[in-house]
This record gives sequence, structure tokens and C-alpha cells, in this order.
Amino acid sequence: MSADATPDAAAPSPPNGTPALEVRGVTKRFGALVVLRGIDLVLKPGEVLGLVGDNGAGKSTLVKILGGFHSQDDGEILMGGQRVSFSSVQSARSLGIETVYQDLALIPQLPVFQNLFLGHEITRLGPLRVLDKRSMRKLARQYLEDIHVNVPSVDADTDQLSGGQRQAIAVARAVRSASKILLLDEPLAAMGARESRLIINLVKDLAASGRVSIIVIDHNYAHLFELCDRLNVMQGGTITVDKNVHETSLEEMTELMVSSYRRSIEGTREAGA
Amino acid sequence: MPLRILRLFLYQRELTPVVITVGIFIYFALSSGSSFTGSLSLSSAAGYAGPIGGIAVGQVLLLVLAEIDLSAGQIFLLCPWLEYWLHSSGVPIVFAILLALLIVSCIGAINGLITVMLNVPSFVTTLAMNFILLGVVLVGSSEASASPIPLSGKSGFASQLMGNWQWSEILWVLAITLVLTFTLTRTRFGTRIIATGGNLVGAAEAGVPIKRVKVWAFVLSAFFAGLVGIVDAVKYGTLDPGNEGVSYILYAVGACVIGGTALTGGRGTVIGAFIGAILLGLLEDGLTVAGISTDDFYIYVGVVIIAAMVLNVQFDRLVARSRAK
Repeated sequence: MSADATPDAAAPSPPNGTPALEVRGVTKRFGALVVLRGIDLVLKPGEVLGLVGDNGAGKSTLVKILGGFHSQDDGEILMGGQRVSFSSVQSARSLGIETVYQDLALIPQLPVFQNLFLGHEITRLGPLRVLDKRSMRKLARQYLEDIHVNVPSVDADTDQLSGGQRQAIAVARAVRSASKILLLDEPLAAMGARESRLIINLVKDLAASGRVSIIVIDHNYAHLFELCDRLNVMQGGTITVDKNVHETSLEEMTELMVSSYRRSIEGTREAGA
Repeated sequence: MPLRILRLFLYQRELTPVVITVGIFIYFALSSGSSFTGSLSLSSAAGYAGPIGGIAVGQVLLLVLAEIDLSAGQIFLLCPWLEYWLHSSGVPIVFAILLALLIVSCIGAINGLITVMLNVPSFVTTLAMNFILLGVVLVGSSEASASPIPLSGKSGFASQLMGNWQWSEILWVLAITLVLTFTLTRTRFGTRIIATGGNLVGAAEAGVPIKRVKVWAFVLSAFFAGLVGIVDAVKYGTLDPGNEGVSYILYAVGACVIGGTALTGGRGTVIGAFIGAILLGLLEDGLTVAGISTDDFYIYVGVVIIAAMVLNVQFDRLVARSRAK
């Protein structure tokens, strides 16, 4: 179960100003479909970066590459100034990158506490990897209480939970174990106001701790303006806008999105004509 | 109150087959008396249940993964042949057994690797493997001499343990049942099996090495089928030249289903599969003792499998409905 992450050199603490994560010219094709056409992106240490864009702009694909789930066709990824390549989710994870995917990686047949520890099980008896359910239950109970996530019981099946509770478990799992970078792909989708608040606070707390840098995909600008330090707009597989949230406004971002959407529609029409 | 009982049956899926098994036992005990409850009769019930159970308990791991190994019955038959061929060419018995087990484990690994690396559905991979192994046994057995099966008929603790004692085979199956139950419910590997079978994409995203998990499950299923196959050959002192492989795996899948394992993945119980095998063993033995034609046995088996599946599906629906309220 060893990770096969390959940083080019053992990285000591990077000098100040070195981005936590840097993406240079990353491209990705699925067959004939070009999804990413050369992404350049910088994530500063402790920063929360929001990614916005239409469906199909490539946001999720980018996040899946950064999380080790897909690999890029071209371009490079640097962490703390060191070039990294991951061949799997495990290897990305061993470098401290955790992801919450859009399609909720919860297992309906496993109870809450086992979902919370999925991929990070506490085991005993060495190579036998016997689950230490008692410790996991206890830690899960404590942790969920700390972050104010209410579940009927840590032994409950996840299909007994609301959509928001399930999302909270998925986010909590990643937040718990992310040591450097947390990637959130629409963490607030399908959530009520109260549950959204819960997740936002969870992420804000984590950001405030300065422990990790965060990339979050969302469609709700109010949420993004509250959470993020900077916003990047993705359009047709590239990043077209990079704005500090203090230098922009909800109105401007909405206008930017609408106009770029118009351009893309017109582009399609011209191409069709 | 009825809901509570319903939930008990849902969460303890083994309860349904236990109730049916006890029912069958009582029925034959009352109708046939001591000719059914005597140790001769019960040991032959255990004899029917042994091969089915030995194959079924490993199969549960694969069914929970939403995979299947249709070659497991053939592996069960092939393993003692391998041991026999190795031993007759001069390999000491202990090494012959270990080597045979290693070879069938590799066959399991091949099943798994073809399935996960080449994206062939395991139903097809192992269907093909079933025919290949059947061919190997048929070709190899055609020139087999009449020399005795290693260990068979010998006294001494080791050979009694390896199958000569009438109860040893079923006890092997029981021991494997306990080991695999522990594996599925108490180890990280078991959690990975349930996660992979329950939500393939989700498990992969959470960092579960889904391909490796699947390959290991094929290896374990093959290993345990082979192990019980060796014990079975010692017990009967004969080697099956390939006739029963296909029907064994079908009975085994039947036992899994009777035991409450769905073929949709994510859920399954090893103990249930063991009980399913006992149920089929008692049914066949009971009908034989009662003087009913064993041809009727097949009809009963079919009815029991359908009934078990319908019960499981209905329990799921009822509980889902009660939760929705």
C-alpha cells in the first residue's frame, strides 16, 4: 500500500512567496474531446482560491488531476516549488492533497464512522490490518462534535442521513486529513442553508488556521465571496480571469461570466454558420 | 413491533436461512426419525454441504465486489489433481499440497488480472477459465493410474485432519467461514471490499486501490476452493475427473443467495453462505433418507433459492418504505 509519489527532491520548507501549488500548461484530452487547453494556476500558501465557470469548462477535470484521480497529458504541477507527479489518489494524498468530489465518495453500506475513516482506517495487529473500530468510533464522535456536524449516530448507515449530512461527512473526511491542499468540488451542492453554513464555517476555520491551501469550485457567488481570497474563471478549458476578491465585486464577476458566456454562444453560432 | 422483527431479519440476514434450515431439520427429524438424525445421515449431509460451502464462502467476497468466479468449482476439482500429479512425480506430500495451492492461487490472480486490467467482465473471464480448467483436468485425468490418493485412508492426526475424519471437511469449511467473516467485517481489506462493491467510483476517489482489492479477492476465493478440494479428495479417496465442477459452482452461488448475499454488490455474509450450504446439504440428505427421488431435490433447490431471493428483496423494500415514513 505504499504511495508512489515522486517529488523530484526531498523538499525542505519552501522559501516565502513560493506558491503552495502551481500548475503550468496542463492539458487533458478524453479521446477527441480537449477538456483542458493549457491551465496556468497559482495557489499561495494558506489561500482559498475559487474556481468558477460553466458546466463543461473543465473545472472538475482540473481538480481530478490535482487530486491524482486523472493524470494530465501535458504540463507540470509543482508543490512548494518542487515538481510532483502522482499516479494515483493515494500518491496525491501522501503529499497532503485531499479532495471532496462532486459525486460524493461515501459508501452506503458502511456506517458513518467507517466512511469518515475510509482510506485512513486505524488498524492494529500490524500487517493483519484489523480495524480498531473502537478508536475510530470514539474519534469520529469527538471530531463530528468538534465541527458541529450532527448525525443520529456514528453507527448510522449513510442512507439514513440527509444530503447535507452526507456532504458534511465527505467534507469532514477530507478536512480531517488534508495536510497541505484541500480540493472541494461543489461542496455545497444539494445543501440547505443551515448545512451550507456548517460547511462554510468548517472550510473557513481550516483556512484561518493557515495550515492548508484550498481550491473550491462553486456556482454560488455569495458563498465564494465569503470563502475565497481570489477567484479564477474557467472558460473552454483555460483560465480567462484571475481576480482578487477585494478588487472585484459580485456584480463585476456576474457581468464577466455573462459576457464570456455570450461570447462563447456567439462563437458557437459563428462556427455553426 | 413487527417492524422491529423485520429490522432484526434485515440486519441479521443470516436469520432467514437459519430459520429455514432449522425448519428443514425439524421436518425431516419428525418424519424420518433417527434414520435422519443419526450420525451416518448427518455426516452425509455434511458431505453434501462441504464442497458447496467451501466454494461458496470464498465466493461471497467476490459477490460483495459485484464479481463472480464461475471457475471456482473447477478449481476445487483441479487442486487435488495438481497435488496428485506433483506427488506422483516425486514431490513430498506437504510441498505438493502447498504447491497445488500456490498454483490455484495464481489461477485466481489470472482471473482477477484479466478482469481488472483488460476490463473483461468476471462472468466471462471465469466462464472461459472454467472451460480451460475442465479441459486440463479431462486431459490430465485420462492417463491417471489407479494409484491411491495421497493421505487418503491413512491414520494419524494430520491425515485425519486433512479429510479422513468424516467431519473434518465441514470443520475446515466452518474455520474458513470464521476467517473470512472476520476478514470481511473486521479488517481494512474487508472494508475495502465493501467500499469497492458498494460504490466503485466513490471508493476509488477515497483512495481505495480497487483493482488490487479485486485481484486479491479472486486469489482468496481460488485458494480456499482449492484447499477444501484437497480435503474433499482425501475424504472420498477419489479424484473427480471434471464432472461436477459446473454444478458445484452453481450450488455455491445458490448457497450465497440463500444466505442473504445480493449479487448487486456491497452486501453479503460469509456465515449466511455457510448456512446456505448446510441447508442444501440437509435438504439433499433428508430427501434421500425419506426415500424421495433425488431428482425431486433439484426442484426443491430451485424453489428455496427463488424464495430466499424474494424474501431478501422484499425485506429491503419494506425497510426502505418504513424509513421513508
